[in-house]
Amino acid sequence: MTNKSEIKLLGTAISPFVNRVQFVLNLKSIEYEFFEENLACKSELLLTSNPIYKKVPVLLHAKKSPICESLVIIEFLDEIRPDVHQVLSSNPVERADNRFWANYIDNKFFPLYGELSLTLGKDGKEAIKERIVEGSMLLEGAFVKLSNGKAYFGGDDLGYLDVVLGCFLAWTKFVEKNNKFKIFDEGRTPRLMEWAKRILSHKAVKDVIPGNEAIVNFYIVLQKYRQAMAT
Amino acid sequence: MAKQEGEVILLDFWASMFGMRARIALAEKGIHYEYREEDLKNKSQLLLESNPVHKKIPVLIHNGKPVSESSIIVQYIDEVWKDKAPFFSSDPYARAQARFWADFIDKKLYMTGRLLYSTKGEEHEAARKEFMSCLQLLEGELGDKPYFGGESFGYVDISLIPFYTWFQAYETYGNLAIKHECPKLIAWAKRCIQNKESVSKTLPELEQVFGFVQQMRKKIGIEE
Repeated sequence: MTNKSEIKLLGTAISPFVNRVQFVLNLKSIEYEFFEENLACKSELLLTSNPIYKKVPVLLHAKKSPICESLVIIEFLDEIRPDVHQVLSSNPVERADNRFWANYIDNKFFPLYGELSLTLGKDGKEAIKERIVEGSMLLEGAFVKLSNGKAYFGGDDLGYLDVVLGCFLAWTKFVEKNNKFKIFDEGRTPRLMEWAKRILSHKAVKDVIPGNEAIVNFYIVLQKYRQAMAT
Repeated sequence: MAKQEGEVILLDFWASMFGMRARIALAEKGIHYEYREEDLKNKSQLLLESNPVHKKIPVLIHNGKPVSESSIIVQYIDEVWKDKAPFFSSDPYARAQARFWADFIDKKLYMTGRLLYSTKGEEHEAARKEFMSCLQLLEGELGDKPYFGGESFGYVDISLIPFYTWFQAYETYGNLAIKHECPKLIAWAKRCIQNKESVSKTLPELEQVFGFVQQMRKKIGIEE
């Protein structure tokens, strides 16, 4: 039985990688203490808990070694509380499929958002937007296949890919507005559009996912930081 | 007692450290499978259909169902054939640490290693430093344990040992002295080869891989 102070999550409210861990903690009714990090001035605790990457999220549990990397943390949580809301299927084929798409989302799809932001020039931006749109269609295909006609990737309730992809929805909206295009769209990705509406009002998600204002504020700070680094 | 394995095919390329992971994992579990060598300049229809998203090897096809991405394949093999030679501890913390380190190897070692033999000048110098710092972190993590998994050869060992076959190439083209800087890693690699048939029978010779990298450098126009 975990009590509140036993699990600590180092993170920032704005980070989708932190948010997805929070979704899982909520789904599994695991109480935790949240430590908001200032990424411009990282705490000693963060730097010593994650000396290799110095990034959030980091999960600290009792006196054990810190656990870093959001997908590693999620599988860990599934293993320490297997009896409450299993996130990743126990079927090896389904696990492999889910892990494949999580890898695609984290290593191919989401990095395109950052690339789009860092690319100057219309042609460059258009090329990246096309790649994002292609990616969204791959994800639509994955949703159709894995949801099996049900509401979520995980079936009747949230599963692994729901939390892995769902955490990016607020940033997706922001990138769409900022760049005047649709990533998820009624015509191209109808199932994901429905899924997005549904998951954003899910009780494990709605109070975690940041609002647009928080993202806009963060983005302004990020751009200032980038400009400062460039000069 | 041989279990019903079903049909197991591995689409692979002999020099790929990612493919070697899958081969070692299958050998650890004693699985009979069909190995199919891919020509990476002329990929088979089966590969393109089995991994349409990335079109890369390795791909494991088990009873017609493809599994892609080496780390995912290794975990799949462990989960399907779970009664023999487990790759992970049963302790969730140890499992989390193993996943973390395998992910670190994936994120850092391959791409940096590639820069060692395919770049020059400043980029090359930066890659040298980054690569050695990655190896030193792994040397630290290994410590005095016989394997990354502790007493048993496991997931992190499987993830890293194929890179050893590329060490001659990394040392030569990266101008590195891995043996001096990371003696524990070298001892560990030799231990894996000596003690684990799944490793010794799978890994190509370092000279063979070196020859392959030499050819690659000629093709991309890096002077010798």
